[in-house]
Amino acid sequence: MTISENDLARVAELARIRLDPATVTEVTRRIGNILGMIDRMQAVDTSAVTPMAHPLDTVQRLRPDEVTEPNRRDDFLAIAPVSEAGLYLVPRVID
Amino acid sequence: MHDIALEAIGSALERREFSSVEITSHLLDRIERANGTLNAFVSVNREGALRAAAAADAARAKGASGPLLGVPIAHKDLFCTAGLRTTCGSRMLGEFVPPYDATVVERLGAAGCVTLGKTNMDEFAMGSSNETSYFGPVRNPWDTGRVPGGSSGGSAAAVAARLAPGATATDTGGSIRQPASLCGLTGLKATYGRISRHGMIAFASSLDQAGPMARSAADCALMLQVMAGFDTRDSTSLEAPVPDYLSLLDRPLAGLRVGVPREYFDPGLHPGTEQAVRAGLAELEAQGARLVDISLPHSPLSVPAYYVIAPAECSANLSRYDGVRYGYRCQDPVDLRDLYERSRSEGFGEEVKRRIIVGTYALSAGYYDAYYRKAQQIRRLIAEDFREAFTQVDVIAGPAAPATAFRFGEKSADPITMYLEDIYTIAANLAGLPAMSMPGGLVEGLPVGIQLIGNHLQEGLLLNVAHRFQQATDWHRHAPAFTA
Repeated sequence: MTISENDLARVAELARIRLDPATVTEVTRRIGNILGMIDRMQAVDTSAVTPMAHPLDTVQRLRPDEVTEPNRRDDFLAIAPVSEAGLYLVPRVID
Repeated sequence: MHDIALEAIGSALERREFSSVEITSHLLDRIERANGTLNAFVSVNREGALRAAAAADAARAKGASGPLLGVPIAHKDLFCTAGLRTTCGSRMLGEFVPPYDATVVERLGAAGCVTLGKTNMDEFAMGSSNETSYFGPVRNPWDTGRVPGGSSGGSAAAVAARLAPGATATDTGGSIRQPASLCGLTGLKATYGRISRHGMIAFASSLDQAGPMARSAADCALMLQVMAGFDTRDSTSLEAPVPDYLSLLDRPLAGLRVGVPREYFDPGLHPGTEQAVRAGLAELEAQGARLVDISLPHSPLSVPAYYVIAPAECSANLSRYDGVRYGYRCQDPVDLRDLYERSRSEGFGEEVKRRIIVGTYALSAGYYDAYYRKAQQIRRLIAEDFREAFTQVDVIAGPAAPATAFRFGEKSADPITMYLEDIYTIAANLAGLPAMSMPGGLVEGLPVGIQLIGNHLQEGLLLNVAHRFQQATDWHRHAPAFTA
């Protein structure tokens, strides 16, 4: 399966990756090659196979609904690029 | 002093032949001299290491003991280290100082290990040559014109060059075994869930697993003993007891059934590598093991399935890097959209962006069934191949990588050529199996690794086979001519 430059642009937008217009053709070609390699999977009939999500087929472990972790809000805010008064700062979203 | 292996350093410390401060400062000086050439370390933890070494010496003086007390090691730079920069080989985390330790770091620290520094790696562990690191490529001490493999290339180069007796590493599709093979080391990827992933920066969460890298199976056993075990902070951690790996090392191999998969001796395998691997298999046979011809029919599909599953999981995991909470943030964003897009585009390198895009595509509406669901079905077929094989054999053996270390730039121009470096290693990740690489020979002066794959939780058996092999051979004792 190949991918068009338009499809690639849409996917990049979904992933919040901005592509340099000068490289779009090359990136599209390389990703098209990868998708071509991946398409070898389609030759195998898997209609009767259950997808495997976990390598050991175990289920999610549950724990009692109790508070076990301390509040480390200040430590985590301290590593943010910009924070103020206990909040993360981002460009204005609502005028 | 740097030529002493991990286990022997512990014994020498126990016998007071030298102190932890002495061996630690010796290795720190060596790292300082060698790193300009090798680029194996992104950060050197001089002050912290000397402090920890002094603490270990003081504890020993007060009667404390232990095989790792005061033993210096290095950590791959994707294990979070509280207060010590953790970059994951990326500009995105170039200034990231974690507020907590990874469980692996915490456990090795509690056992007395001293952290020398953080080793270079392919960006977010995506690569097989260490050429994708934002901090520049790592050079292979066996030939500095060649790659050390990846993604744990810094750990591999550091241990091979005798800058550290052991290092932590991780393996999502071969990132411990392939660099171990290319640098002449013993490296083990544990069963999925055996070692906690807490604090290990995520790439592909259903595949990522940690492990030790050192010079021998015995040294790996010593590290794994501490690294393995249940952790409530990792929801995929296995609640299974950890055996005493050291006590299992010496069991004789008589009667052991070793599966040799036909598919691993394909035309892509370099003839010199094949010869070395076959000679290694003959050595196992000489020790009483029985070689069994087996087939893993779906293994040719492991690379395609992996390059759907790993990018899909990576696209989800790496969505957390948004320029808001931690990590790189672009200058003067005009709006929120601009902040997200420019932070991610400037913070990630080409290979990471490529995988995020492939993963986003594979998970997008209309393509999910054709790609992600299909890959998860193939994944089951691959796991079933192994399940079937392990009804006939105890371990599986073959090459770890198609050839010895390659030159810089040789494979980086075409992603698919690079992806094929992991053709023999990826299947074990898809099936969640433990697997390792051990030195099995030299071809034109460069190391060749033999891969061993075991059934779930059979790390002890793998280490046993490798240890017996290393009792009869000396490939693991060969050191590169590199001088620091």
